[in-house]
Amino acid sequence: MTQTGNNTTLEAHELECIRDDRILFSNLGFRLEPGQALVLEGRNGSGKTSLLRILCGIRLPEAGMVTWGATDIGKLGADYHVHTAYVGHRDGIKLDLTPLENLAMARALGKPSDITLEAALEKVDLCGFEDVLTRNLSAGQQRRLALARLLVTDTVLWILDEPFTSLDTHGIKVIEKLLEQHTASGGMLAVTSHHAVNLNNTPTQTINLSA
Amino acid sequence: MNSDSLTRAYTLLLKRDLILAIRRRAEMLNPLLFFVLVTSLFPLGIGAYPELLETIGPGIIWVAALLAAMLSLDGIFRSDFEDGTLEQFLLSSHPVSVLVLAKVLAHWLITGLPLLLVAPLLGILLGLPADAIRTLLLTLLLGTPVLSLLGAVGVALTVGLRKGGMILSLLVLPLYVPLLIFAANAVDTAAAGLPVTAHLSFISALLVLALSLSPLATAAALRISLS
Amino acid sequence: MFNNFFHKLASPKYFYGFSGRLLPWLATGFILLTLAGLYYGLVKAPPDYQQGDSYRIMFVHVPSAWMSLFIYVVMAGAGAIGLVWRIKLAEVISISSASVGASFTFLALVTGSIWGKPMWGTWWVWDARLTSELILLFLYLGIIALHNAIDDKRIAARATAILAIVGVVNIPIIHYSVEWWNTLHQGPTVTKFDAPSIHLSMLIPLLLMAVAFKLYYLMVVLMRARCEVIERERNTGWVKQLVESQ
Repeated sequence: MTQTGNNTTLEAHELECIRDDRILFSNLGFRLEPGQALVLEGRNGSGKTSLLRILCGIRLPEAGMVTWGATDIGKLGADYHVHTAYVGHRDGIKLDLTPLENLAMARALGKPSDITLEAALEKVDLCGFEDVLTRNLSAGQQRRLALARLLVTDTVLWILDEPFTSLDTHGIKVIEKLLEQHTASGGMLAVTSHHAVNLNNTPTQTINLSA
Repeated sequence: MNSDSLTRAYTLLLKRDLILAIRRRAEMLNPLLFFVLVTSLFPLGIGAYPELLETIGPGIIWVAALLAAMLSLDGIFRSDFEDGTLEQFLLSSHPVSVLVLAKVLAHWLITGLPLLLVAPLLGILLGLPADAIRTLLLTLLLGTPVLSLLGAVGVALTVGLRKGGMILSLLVLPLYVPLLIFAANAVDTAAAGLPVTAHLSFISALLVLALSLSPLATAAALRISLS
Repeated sequence: MFNNFFHKLASPKYFYGFSGRLLPWLATGFILLTLAGLYYGLVKAPPDYQQGDSYRIMFVHVPSAWMSLFIYVVMAGAGAIGLVWRIKLAEVISISSASVGASFTFLALVTGSIWGKPMWGTWWVWDARLTSELILLFLYLGIIALHNAIDDKRIAARATAILAIVGVVNIPIIHYSVEWWNTLHQGPTVTKFDAPSIHLSMLIPLLLMAVAFKLYYLMVVLMRARCEVIERERNTGWVKQLVESQ
C-alpha cells in the first residue's frame, strides 16, 4: 500500500524556530524512516505545533530545512503533500456538512486510498452517523471524524497535532490501533501529545522541546 | 496528480461551497439587501429629482455593488480558515490556485450573480432608460467576477488578522477604481444612446487579466497568511 | 565578481557596515544638489510668461510625483526578490520604502493642490494626475496598514510584497482609466503640469531636484533598513558585538 525505499525518508536539518523574539528551538535535527514514529514532548508554547507546521511545509523555519528523500520539501511542494496527511489543532472539517461529505472532500484533495468512505467511518467507530450534520456530533466524535481523513487518502507520513484531544479512553484505543496499523504497513508518524502515546510495537524516537 | 483528479477536486469543492451556502441561506441574502438598501438611501439623501437621479444612477448602483461585494468578501476564506479546512487545501496535492478559483467561482455564484437579479429593479427606481438597464446588467455580469477575484487576494492577505475587515476595504477598494470608472461610464453612455462596445471590451480585458493572475496571487497570499 | 558583491551585500552584517560608510556621502550629495537645484530654480530660472512665479513649486511637485511612482516600483521589485529568493535584505528594503513613498505621494498631492490654487481658483480639482496620485496614496496606505496589522515581521513583509506586486500591475490600468475618465468628464482642460517644450533654464533645476530626491530616498531607506536589520538580527552574534563595542 505504501512505498518504501530511500525516497521516503523525512529528515530535519538544523531547524530553528523563533516566535515573538523567543528562540523556541534551534539546531534541531532528526531522521524518520518508514515504520517509525516521532513523538514530540514539551510544555505548552515550547514549539511543538510550530515544529509540526514546519514539517508540513506550512511554516518556514528561521534556519535549516526539512527534506523528503533528500529533497527540500519547499521545492517538492505538491509532490511532498501527496505523501502527507495533517490533522492539526483545528479539525479541518466543516460542521455544516455530513461526515460523508467531509470525507469525500478530503479524499478529492489527495491520492484516494482503496478503502471506501463508509469503511473509513467504521474504522473510527462512527458507523451510523454518515448522514448526520457534523455540527450535531460530540467533540470526541468530531475529532474521530478528523482522524478518519487520514484513511481516505493514500499517504505515508501522518502529522498529528494532539490527536487524542477530547477523546475518551475507548476512542484513544481505537486511534492508537489505527496508528499502529499505519506504521506496521510502512507508514510514518509525527505526533505531539499530552497523553502518553502507547505505540508498543513501533520504533519510536522522542524529542523533548522543553529540555 | 492527473487532470482527472484535479477536475474532480474542483467540482467537488465548488459543490461543497454551494451546499454550505444553501445550508446557511439566510446569510446569502444580506449582501443583496445591503445593495438595495444603500441604493435607495441616495434619493432620500439628495432629493428625488428624476433628472439628477438618472445622471448619478449608474454611479450609485455601481458603488453600491462594490460595497456589497466587499462586505461579502470575508466569506470566501474566513470560515474555512477558522475550522482548519483552508490548511487542508494548502496541503493538498493539487495546485492551490485552481482550488482558489473554485472557491471564488462559488462565491461569485452566491453573492455576485444575485446582484444581477435585483439590479433592473434598482435601475427602474432610479429612472434609468431600458437601454441603460440592459448595459447595467452586462457590466455587472462581466464586472462582479472581477470584484470577487481581486477581493480574494485581499481576503487571503487579511484572513489571519483579528480585525481584517477595515483593512480589507483599504486594500481592495483602490484596486476597484478602473472597473468602477468603466462600468459606471458604460451605463451612462448607454443612457445617452451611444454604443458601449469599447467599454465592455475593456471590462472583459480586466476580467481576463484578473482571471489569469489573481488566483496565483491569492494562492501565494494564503500560503503567507497561514504560515 | 558582481555576483560575489551582491551576495556579500545581501548579508545583513556586511550591509550594515557598507551602508554606514555610504550614508555620509549620500547626505552630502543630497544637500549640495538640493541647494543647487533650489538656487537655479528659485533664483536663476526666469518667471513663466503665463504663470509668473507660482510655477516654481514645480521644482518640488514634479520630482515628488516622479518619486512616488518610482518608489512604488522599487518596493514591488524588492518585495518580489524577497519573496522569490527569500533574501531578507530585499524584504527590509521593500518595507522601508513604503512610508517614504507615501510621504512623497502626499507631498506631490499637497504641492499640486497649492499650485492649483492660483491656476484653478480652488484647492482641489479632479485633475487626472492629482486623482491618480490620490489613488496611489491609498495604495501606499493600504500597504502600511497591512504591514502594521501583522505581528510577525517576516510574514508582514511577505504579505505586503504580494500586495505591492498586485498594486504594481494595477497602477498602469488605474492611471489610464483615470486619465480617460478625466477627459470624458472635464473636457480637454489645459494640462498645466505638462511642459511640452521646457526651457533649459527650468529643466536643469528640475533634474537637479530629481536627482537630489533620489539621493534623499536612498539615504532614508538605508537608514530605515539599518534599523530594521539591527532589530531583526538582534539575536545574532555580530549585533551583540556591535552593541558591546559602543
